[in-house]
Amino acid sequence: MIEVKNISKSYAGISAIKDITFTVEKGKLFGFIGPDGAGKTTLIRILTTLLLPDKGEARVGDLDVVDDFKKLRKSIGYMPGRFSLYEDLSVKENLSLFAAIFGTTIEKNYHLIEDIYKQIEPFRNRRAGALSGGMKQKLALSCAMIHAPEVIFLDEPTTGVDPVSRKEFWQMLRKLKDAGITILVSTPYMDEAALCDEVALIQDGDVLQIDSPQDIIESYGNMLFSIPGHVGFELIDRLRKADGVQNAYLFGEEIRMVFKETIEQDSVQHIVQSVGVPGELIRPVTPTVEDCFIQLMQKQE
Amino acid sequence: MRRFGSFVQKEFYHIFRDWRTLLILIGMPVAQILLFGYAITNEIQEAEIVIIDHSKTPESREISSRILESEYFRQSNQMVSEADLETLFRRGKIKQAVIIPANFARDFNTMGRANLQVIADASDPNTANITYNYTSSIVQQFTVEKTDVFSIPYRIRVFPVMMYNPELKGVFLFVPGTISVILMLISAMMTSISITREKELGTMEILLATPMAPVQIIVAKVIPYLFLALFNAFGVLVLGYFVFKVPIEGSLALLLGETALFVTTALSLGIFISSRTNSQQVALMASLMGLMLPTILLSGFIFPIENMPVVLQVISNIVPAKWFIVIIKGIMIKGQGIEYFWKETLVLVGFTLLFVVLSIKSFKLRLS
Repeated sequence: MIEVKNISKSYAGISAIKDITFTVEKGKLFGFIGPDGAGKTTLIRILTTLLLPDKGEARVGDLDVVDDFKKLRKSIGYMPGRFSLYEDLSVKENLSLFAAIFGTTIEKNYHLIEDIYKQIEPFRNRRAGALSGGMKQKLALSCAMIHAPEVIFLDEPTTGVDPVSRKEFWQMLRKLKDAGITILVSTPYMDEAALCDEVALIQDGDVLQIDSPQDIIESYGNMLFSIPGHVGFELIDRLRKADGVQNAYLFGEEIRMVFKETIEQDSVQHIVQSVGVPGELIRPVTPTVEDCFIQLMQKQE
Repeated sequence: MRRFGSFVQKEFYHIFRDWRTLLILIGMPVAQILLFGYAITNEIQEAEIVIIDHSKTPESREISSRILESEYFRQSNQMVSEADLETLFRRGKIKQAVIIPANFARDFNTMGRANLQVIADASDPNTANITYNYTSSIVQQFTVEKTDVFSIPYRIRVFPVMMYNPELKGVFLFVPGTISVILMLISAMMTSISITREKELGTMEILLATPMAPVQIIVAKVIPYLFLALFNAFGVLVLGYFVFKVPIEGSLALLLGETALFVTTALSLGIFISSRTNSQQVALMASLMGLMLPTILLSGFIFPIENMPVVLQVISNIVPAKWFIVIIKGIMIKGQGIEYFWKETLVLVGFTLLFVVLSIKSFKLRLS
């Protein structure tokens, strides 16, 4: 459904994305995961025909993002990172406007957005500018879906949204995916990667890895341990310098340690005790996508 | 079509929901026309003068009272002698002094010729000239009435006929000019921020990813403002007619039609500015500052274009207001029909089309 081949783009000599290639199959929920400044927005804008790539080509459906941009604009849904609806128009007016722009009506495609729109319908006469962050996202998604696009692009839809609304939003995305819609979503939140069918981990305009979240975790390769509750940068520094330790880093409320080679639990306890941490605290853990990302970043360096 | 209709409706919502801006857009032309109409004028009214009458005869008294009874002059309340005049002029208390010599009545009655001195404050040469001209025309009138024309042979008298504006009223010149300038600035300003606002608020990003064509966006943005600008145009015309008593000699329908054309030209210029700029502030600066000076100085509003250097005369041709001032003066004051200014009308049509085409061409189809 989406084919990206060797796409590069730079702004005033500073490269935003470098030679990116990937494919998204029809009906998949594809996640574009990376920190701020990784090039997520640039790539989404190229795919939504809003920016021209410097090099490479991309197709959405059967349409080229450069040559067929007019046709493509009829068939894609786009939700930009910044809330971009008319704040002085009411919820209902925004939705009818976008329906009219795409030559359809709310009634005709109501079934598509019903689950999402139902939640903001009680506020349909409220100005969009007066909605809460979570409600704004729901309205923006409704507007992006009202013309029944086959593929939708969402640029950081959950940034700045509370955890409950975030969870709800991802549930809505899963439903849209189940209805057969191809979704490309970008996010800086690593924990959201697990909710995608396939993810591309990107950093500084480079793709580090593209795979399903499970395969990414399976390809981790190293032994990973966690020390809960012992948070301190000085301690992390000492752990990093310890024998056989590849990396140690802060992970929420715990410290995670990666070892260079396969290692016995006893030796791990011994190493940890040598830098002053009670050995019985440390336990092996399964890596998450974030651990994989940190590992990939370290490999790149 | 429904797509276009909804977009126009959305533009109306933007205008009516931002009622503060709407109030400014409606109130500003009214304030400006009153300000310009009253402030920019070269007429003198009730200038303070003194008359020193050494003659003290019925004739000298009559000429004094004729001068003072005119609406142009007012007697300064000081009783003075020639010695005080310089101090009064220097302090700016009076604009002019008239001195009637002692032998005035005698010379006038015996020789048919008498002298009268007028001293004016020429630190403001325009005012000095105007007060002098007013005074001499009053004296002239007096002379004509008192003299038996046939008793003095070989005298050439000039009978001026001031066509279209017999009282030489400044407002006749300034009101049509002011209407043009105000409509130009207000209309261009209104549309100049309309596209840049969407760029600034980020709504342009989502709009570009839809099938809306640039021509639809641009025309849909002009239409609501056209109504607003026509409302403004009607307002300033009504004020010009009722407050400043500028006549409308020609056809009212033609006047409204030409005004509608001119505001459309200005609105398209505004939208062109909007399509070329990225922030509302820059767009406002361009439409207000960038348009104000050329429109005021090069449109023939204040300074006659014929008196300008050739370079400026050529440049003045690209000022739309220049062409509209010819049209509006023709209709309001001379009562002309379209046969007298069809060329100017075509020029405005041409400008409008040019600006619309340029706007569509410079409308960015992508984010830069």
